[in-house]
Amino acid sequence: MARTERDPSDEDPRTTGRAGWTTDDRAAARKGVAVGLAAAAYGISYGALAVAAGLDVWQTCVMSLLMFTGGSQFALVGVIATGGVAAGPAAIASAAILGIRNGIYGIRVAPIVGAGHWRRFAAAWVTIDESTAVATTQPTLRSQRIGFWVAGLSVFVGWNLTTLIGALIGNALGDVRVYGLDAAAAAAFLGLLWPRLRQRQSIAVGAAAAVVAAVTTPLLIPGLPVLIAGVVAVIVGAFNWFGSPGPQPEPPGIPA
Amino acid sequence: MTLWLIVIIASLACLSLKIAGYLVPTSFLEKPAPARIANLLTVALLAALIAVQTLGSGSRIVLDARLPALAVAAVLLALRTPFIVVVIAAAASAALIRALS
Repeated sequence: MARTERDPSDEDPRTTGRAGWTTDDRAAARKGVAVGLAAAAYGISYGALAVAAGLDVWQTCVMSLLMFTGGSQFALVGVIATGGVAAGPAAIASAAILGIRNGIYGIRVAPIVGAGHWRRFAAAWVTIDESTAVATTQPTLRSQRIGFWVAGLSVFVGWNLTTLIGALIGNALGDVRVYGLDAAAAAAFLGLLWPRLRQRQSIAVGAAAAVVAAVTTPLLIPGLPVLIAGVVAVIVGAFNWFGSPGPQPEPPGIPA
Repeated sequence: MTLWLIVIIASLACLSLKIAGYLVPTSFLEKPAPARIANLLTVALLAALIAVQTLGSGSRIVLDARLPALAVAAVLLALRTPFIVVVIAAAASAALIRALS
C-alpha cells in the first residue's frame, strides 16, 4: 500500500501514471488508506471495551463484521456495560438510532457507487462516516469512487483486525478501570461528536441531550436516558429551533 | 434475551439501515426536516452517551476520574490532536488519577 509521496505540483492533474491513475485518483486512495489506519487504531479500544462490558471475543468480532459502524458498536457496548443483558432492547435501539445516519450517507453516495445489485450491497456494507467523508470530498466522480472503496475497505480490514486484537487484550487485562478504558469510551464518543458541533443548533441539541441523559440516569433503567435524550433532537429538528435557514449540514469531517 | 440475540438483532438493524439508504430516492434529501432530524439524532445520542459514560454507574451519578479524563480529551480535540491520541490520553489520565488516589 505504501506509495511514494509526490508533489502534486510537478505534474499535470490530467497526466495519467503507469496504472492509468490521475493525481486526483492517487490522492483519493492515499486519503482512504490514511483513514483506514486511523480507524484501525481505535478498533483496539472498541474490542477491549466490548469484552469488558461482558461480550465474548466472538460476539465482539461479529459486531465489527456485521454491524460495522463504530458509533453504534460503542453505544451497544456502553449500554450493556451499565445495564447488562436486561438493557438489551435499549442497547439495540441506541445502536439502530446511531445507525440511521449511515442510511442518509447511502442516499448521498449511491450516485457515486453506480448501478449493480451486488456492488450496491457491498457498498452499503461499508457506507460509514469515513468512506462517505472521503468520497464526498474528492473532485472527480472517478476519484470519489476510488476514495469511497479504498476508505471503506481499508477501514473494514483494519477495524476487524484490531477489534480481534483489542478483544484478546481486553480478556488479558482483567479490570479495565485500572487502565482508564471506561474513560476512553467517553473520549471516543467525544471524538465522534466534535466535528459535528459546528452549528449553533447542533451545540444546543448536544448540550441539552447530555443534561437530559444525566438528569434521568437515576430515575430510569440503564439505556433509556440515552433514548430519551434522542427526543430532544426530534423536537428541535422538527421545529428547526436554533436553526439557520441555510443549506443542510454536510457529512462531518474525519475525526483523525 | 441473550447477549447473542442482542448482538445479531442490532447488527442486522444497522446493516438494514445502510441498505435502505440505497433504496431511497435522492429527492428524499431535498426535504430538509428528515435529514436535519437524522443529523441532530446523531449529535443527541453521542452527547447523551458521553454524559452516561462519564457520570453514570448503573443508576447512580458518580463523579470520579472519568470527568477530568474527559476534560483532557476536550482540550486535546480543541487543539486538533489526532483521534487515537485523544483516546489514549484520556485513558492514561484516568488510570493515573486512580493510581494516585
